[in-house]
Amino acid sequence: MIVIAKIAVAILILMGALICLAASFGTLRLPDMYTRSHAASKGSTLGVNMILLGVFFFLWFITGEISAKILLGIFFIFITSPVGGHLICRAAYNSGVKLDERSVQDDYNGIRNFVIKRKEDSYL
Amino acid sequence: MNEQKTNDLILQTVTKLVSFIILLFSFYLFLSGHNAPGGGFVGGLITSSSIVLLLLAYDLKTVRSILPINFIYVAGAGLLLAVLTGVGSFVFGAPFLTHTFGYFHLPILGKTELATATLFDLGVYLVVVGITMTIIQTIGEEE
Repeated sequence: MIVIAKIAVAILILMGALICLAASFGTLRLPDMYTRSHAASKGSTLGVNMILLGVFFFLWFITGEISAKILLGIFFIFITSPVGGHLICRAAYNSGVKLDERSVQDDYNGIRNFVIKRKEDSYL
Repeated sequence: MNEQKTNDLILQTVTKLVSFIILLFSFYLFLSGHNAPGGGFVGGLITSSSIVLLLLAYDLKTVRSILPINFIYVAGAGLLLAVLTGVGSFVFGAPFLTHTFGYFHLPILGKTELATATLFDLGVYLVVVGITMTIIQTIGEEE
């Protein structure tokens, strides 16, 4: 039982670290901001969540402590990290960051300047 | 809710869920400060960070209508509470800021250790929330 738990924990943590590494390679190698954000937000969300799940199972099986903080952290990162990626992408698009030249279609092109116009009367 | 036609639906919906999680976690950190990492300072900072998240997702006016609190008074009340827990030890003839604890039987929780240091921590918590929110609201409303 303990051996199986240790193997499962090791696989989870190693897979999480490898997915984080793949996400950082994607952030380095992809051509424009949007594809980089695609790699970074998805990859780091899954990678960090797998590492946290591995730590949760480690604490549960090895030391016998069920840590609700880690479950809450998994839930929290799972909700907030994609929203952070969405907001960064939207801010980049609204401030005029170009797509890669190999892109074929840009359906938001007409309404890009929408937020720039109301920058004068925003609060924060 | 917003007069300006921005499309903040995703941020606002997530904020409705996440700010409650942050508030709950800050309350947990505040209560667990005696035997685990946490305490009044961190709890206060995380509470004010959840209010800052509301400020980022909504307006300053909207947050004022949700929480009609002048945060300077919160900081003052916290300082008063912290000083009063120090002065309260004079009643029992002990030196300033002497704290004590006791074991009580509470209805649901059973045998619980209640310490007067928690009241001092509550003072720290209120001061931190008050100061942080005062700073951020003052910066936010200046144009």
